[in-house]
Amino acid sequence: MATSTTKALAGEEPPGPSRAGDGTETSRRRGAWLHRLDVKGAPYAFVAPFFVVFAAFSFYPLIYTSWISLHDVELATLDVMEWVAFDNYVELWGDSRFWNALQNTITIGIISTVPQLLMALGIAHLLNYRMRASLFFRVASLVPYATSVGAAALVFTMIFERDFGMINWGLGLVGVDPVNWEADKWPAQVAISTIVIWRWTGYNALLYLAAMQAIPADRYEAASLDGASRWQQFRHVTVPGIRSTIVFTIVLSTIGATQLFGEPLIFGQGPNGVTGGANNQYQTLGLLLYEEGWKNYQMGRSATVAWAMFMLLVLAFVAQRLIKRLRSRTS
Amino acid sequence: MTTHSLPARTDAPARTEPEKPARHGGRRLLRERAGRTHHAGPLAYILLVLMAVLSIFPLYWTMVAASTDNTRVSQTPPPFLPGPNLFSNLARAWDEAAMGKAMINSTIVAGVIALSTVFFATLAGFAFAKLRFKGRNVLLMLVIGTMMVPPQLGVVPLFMMMSELGWSQQLPAVIFPTLVSAVGVFFMRQYLSEALPDELVEAGRVDGAHSLRIFWSIVLPVARPAMAVIFMITFVHAWNDFFWPFVVLDMTNPTVPVALTQLSAGYVRDQSLIMAGALLGTLPLLAMFIVFGRQIVSGIMAGAVKG
Repeated sequence: MATSTTKALAGEEPPGPSRAGDGTETSRRRGAWLHRLDVKGAPYAFVAPFFVVFAAFSFYPLIYTSWISLHDVELATLDVMEWVAFDNYVELWGDSRFWNALQNTITIGIISTVPQLLMALGIAHLLNYRMRASLFFRVASLVPYATSVGAAALVFTMIFERDFGMINWGLGLVGVDPVNWEADKWPAQVAISTIVIWRWTGYNALLYLAAMQAIPADRYEAASLDGASRWQQFRHVTVPGIRSTIVFTIVLSTIGATQLFGEPLIFGQGPNGVTGGANNQYQTLGLLLYEEGWKNYQMGRSATVAWAMFMLLVLAFVAQRLIKRLRSRTS
Repeated sequence: MTTHSLPARTDAPARTEPEKPARHGGRRLLRERAGRTHHAGPLAYILLVLMAVLSIFPLYWTMVAASTDNTRVSQTPPPFLPGPNLFSNLARAWDEAAMGKAMINSTIVAGVIALSTVFFATLAGFAFAKLRFKGRNVLLMLVIGTMMVPPQLGVVPLFMMMSELGWSQQLPAVIFPTLVSAVGVFFMRQYLSEALPDELVEAGRVDGAHSLRIFWSIVLPVARPAMAVIFMITFVHAWNDFFWPFVVLDMTNPTVPVALTQLSAGYVRDQSLIMAGALLGTLPLLAMFIVFGRQIVSGIMAGAVKG
């Protein structure tokens, strides 16, 4: 388009130089040049803000984290960085709190993610039926998503309270002794996972539902012609039909699980809960990162924990890849 | 990534509503019907009602606990019906627990972030959907790739950066890192690819309009429904964002989720005050969900990876 304008301009050019013609020609040329600049340059200008903000506030910090992790930096004197090479990593490797936090992150991650996605799948299947009040059910499933970590964790802290909490009261009605949901390791991890499951199941269900509705109908018709039962249709048509959505939600939930912070923090009663319980029984890597940096004032070690979290994420995806490859080989 | 797809009109959630298929054309009707031949049986209704109860009950109980007094909340059996103190507790939470300031701060933070995300997402989404330029696909892949980077990992340098800029404990520290969103860009790109006809953009070019003018007078009117969806979803996320605000803000100038942690950290735990604060911090989003629930649901479903 830019070239055709230039040609047109050249063709129209009046013969013989005159003052006035000179002026219009320059302005026309400038117009054409501006137009070309606009067509070529505007797209980059339009996408630039995203990349500038991402580079400045996400990418650069991510890379710089690794540099900081090779230094001793104190919270009070952020500009004083003392080179210590891999000392922080060696110390972290020998620190039992790190292994404890790593283990808690993995166990809470599994307890919260697996039931969450399975339940979301079931709910999506139900929502996919033709029914009355389907909009109500969809909005209702999304209500926990609108609740902040803070509010959700506070409510569940009370529901799981040892002495007057609703869960223990209910357990008492059926003759079960009260459970110490905060102080005991596994109950605490289950309670924290409950908060995560409550907040995210409905959201994942809607993602699955959207994918289920995009499955072509003839696949179901073919399956039912083959005499497949409803369960067989679900297993052999629905689940394979939404495979990439399932992968997508697994990726997102895995990322969320490695970053878990707000739920255990508030379940452990506010800003003092960074230790994740009196015996670190539910301290996650996110909490450890915060504790090292903003309670112990060791920013270098905090950055080291961040790198450990990143490695955990990478390992999780490598593991997923391997499992997938093994499964496709056996089947 | 070719499996991503987005219906052309996110403002038409009725296309996902099975109860009134007659409004749509024959093709749509066929698809709706064929995709879901089964009617929900009683068991499906029972399970869904159970799901709805479990989803809503914790919030209902927040309201119950916020409307009684501290001694009643700490008794067994726990209260199940609202008491008389709802408004006095909400007023106390507003004053005592810095919730008033937190609500104002969160409104500013979430409002600015949502507006800026919508604007930049529309700008970039338009370029990715309708403009031709070198490296377009690579850049789009980069945008999608950034979704996989957890922001928490860069928190130490980000904190150092903010204290150098003098933004520690200030709202800009929370606002600037989240001025854009990859999800928003991608969502808008998908939407505009289908909703904005190429001819419209070409016509604008022939009339001699420059790109910004085309954006302003041709793209924006078409993009409006998707802009509304991105605004609402970003607002929810920004309002609820916790880790970074918790790190960089303090109790003198908190957002809502940050202020909520303070509520439970006091020496004397006033349970009904805590619950009043939690309820107060959730009310704006709940109101939004009640009014725009349909749009938010269809927006989330439209932005889903399908396949």
